Amino acid sequence: MFIIKNRKIFYTLSIILLVVSIGSLFVWGLELGIDFKGGSLIEIRYTETKLDQTTIEKNLSTLATEISLGNYVLQSVGDTDYSIKSRLVSDIERQKIENAFSNNGTVKTELKKVNSIGPLIGKEAAQKAYVSIFLVILCIVLFITFAFRKVSKPVSSWKYGLMAIIALAHDVIIPTGVFSIMGHFKGYEVDTLFVTALLVIIGFSIHDTIVVYDRIRENLSDSNKLNDKKSFETIVGESVRQTFVRSINTSMTTILALFVLYFLGPEATKHFSLALIIGVFIGTYSSIFIASALLVTIEKFQKKV
Amino acid sequence: MFKRRFWAVILILLSALIGYFVYSTNWVKVVPATETVATTTISSNHKFKLGLDLNGGIELIYKADTRGIAAGDISGKMNSLKDLIERRVNMFGVSEPIIQIEKVGLVGSDSSEQLIVDLPGATNIEEAIAQVGKTYVLEFKFLKKEYENATSTEGLTLEQTFESTGLTGALLNKASLEFNGTTGEPNVALQFNKDGSDLFAKITKENVGRRLAIILDGNIKSMPVIREEITGGKASISGGFVGSAGIKEAKDLVNNLNLGALPIPIELISTQSIGASLGSEAVAASTHAGLWAFIVISLFLVLWYRLPGLLAVVSLSIYVAINLALFKLIPVTLTAAGIAGFILSLGMAVDANILIFERMKEELARGRVLADAVKEGFARAWLSIRDSNTSSIITAIILYAFSSTPVVKGFALVFGLGVLVSMFTAITASRTLLLAIKHDNAGKIMHFLFGSGAGK
Repeated sequence: MFIIKNRKIFYTLSIILLVVSIGSLFVWGLELGIDFKGGSLIEIRYTETKLDQTTIEKNLSTLATEISLGNYVLQSVGDTDYSIKSRLVSDIERQKIENAFSNNGTVKTELKKVNSIGPLIGKEAAQKAYVSIFLVILCIVLFITFAFRKVSKPVSSWKYGLMAIIALAHDVIIPTGVFSIMGHFKGYEVDTLFVTALLVIIGFSIHDTIVVYDRIRENLSDSNKLNDKKSFETIVGESVRQTFVRSINTSMTTILALFVLYFLGPEATKHFSLALIIGVFIGTYSSIFIASALLVTIEKFQKKV
Repeated sequence: MFKRRFWAVILILLSALIGYFVYSTNWVKVVPATETVATTTISSNHKFKLGLDLNGGIELIYKADTRGIAAGDISGKMNSLKDLIERRVNMFGVSEPIIQIEKVGLVGSDSSEQLIVDLPGATNIEEAIAQVGKTYVLEFKFLKKEYENATSTEGLTLEQTFESTGLTGALLNKASLEFNGTTGEPNVALQFNKDGSDLFAKITKENVGRRLAIILDGNIKSMPVIREEITGGKASISGGFVGSAGIKEAKDLVNNLNLGALPIPIELISTQSIGASLGSEAVAASTHAGLWAFIVISLFLVLWYRLPGLLAVVSLSIYVAINLALFKLIPVTLTAAGIAGFILSLGMAVDANILIFERMKEELARGRVLADAVKEGFARAWLSIRDSNTSSIITAIILYAFSSTPVVKGFALVFGLGVLVSMFTAITASRTLLLAIKHDNAGKIMHFLFGSGAGK
């Protein structure tokens, strides 16, 4: 199987992606959404005519000094909408911001969306995000160790779990890295939905990896019964080949659904589906090219020691 | 063979029935309350419940200040806080408000309680905040002796000019609305409870000639001079209730004094408001996306897997029907993220079918006859289906249990349900349908139909 034979090429490719992602995370970090850092997001729609952007900007900067708004980000959304992101504003301050958009009521506006989140709740959300990612990973290792408990030769069952986790880390780090880069250049934010996307990616990738591992388990036991003395490398290679089409096709249908969601779905879930598209793609790649190959590497390593 | 076909037909009929149930009971439509028209809900028992982000509305999250409350009392007090806010919100006229208590913080010391108030269809943020969070602290305080003859107390705080009597709204038995016989102006009559009456009598007896201020939320409502001992525990707040707005204010005050003060002080930490138009846009986009996702996946399945692919589409339709019916029956509050989860699960639900088909194909390639290949393919794929779905269910459970936002909770619920239902349809629908097809003495055509991809 060329994938297992050429595993070093795929390792190199993954290591490059990982280095770029981690590098970007160190240098640029992540653009946190207001649900993690607290703050206010207000979306205004012009129902009839639109106020020209320079007036809006002028009104806002006057207001910003009046209520010491600090840094804020004004973005135009679609043809008729604007969004403004700032520190947590009070109710009265929010009305003043609305007035800045409506030029004190001379242009008709509609409050499309308000989202004000205190810093406390943001801290809480971030904490929960870490805990849930950690828990999901822990439970899955335990589950794999359990599900593959009958497999112990030549690689013991907890090592399957460990290799699956390495593949998982790979699948989580790369989309996060992409969002770090997108965050730096295009202002893409990381919010609770992004964390949800990561967790789904974890679920999906492990799902994929288990299907391949399951096949290895079955082929190992078949080979034992026949006593045909196939090498572990050959068995893993065969298993990857046998599950290859299935992995690609399942990811295909999932990615098709996600593309539809990305292009036709609501604004609110656009970045969510993008994160998932990247993650499902990377997750499929890692189950086929990395997770199983790692089993072979560890088996070779054991032989040497 | 006949038996299998019989079950296949029953299965399809049943799903069609479920589908009809889903179709015939449509969306919940909540019409926002206005000044004149009471809130109306077109009621059917089984409609999709839409979350705030799809329906439009306001969500307020409060942090309850539980300092100074014994740990054992917290949950009781939180419940009475919830009941109180529920009654306030109901007075406000929002249909189907959802009020939840949530414990925040994972362990011991820094844990706190939150109250999440969802007001579907509400649009006026200021009014909502005012209604939910009003404190209504009613106090009776003496004007300090040194200020009795002062002409102005400007620049001084209430604490500096008044002294406490210990008499507060907590000692009220009942408040009611009365109208002054001569001016017609409303006033709020107060009736103290036993303790309150005794305290009131004692205060008035010992302090004849002093000024007693009635202070509501830090505003002095009136400041009469005590002329004699008042027994019987009756007092009234008058003045300041002018015109129709005054009557409404007096009515609100009466209602809220009767409901009582908040048992725990609360602080607003998050406000979210979604305009109705944004909500309906999201519903339209989600429906659209769901439909197209289904079509695209179906096309892929039929083109790649041919006849089994077609069966997979049938089983996917059954999957959709069961899921939508469950959303209605449980009921699941659908959010944009929840629908995204469902669309995602469409892609993943196909997986079980694909696993089976691929396995079937291998068995065919090994030279088994079609009927055996189907059975064997199913049996061998089952372990993979079971194990891989278990890990997805673990993810869904953890997401549900540890998420801080309703958005993520909604997603986790839909996603978890999707995985369970997809396993169920794989075992029942896909299997029954595959076995129901006549594949004894399979000829060339049958082999083509059961082939896949570019192969013959």
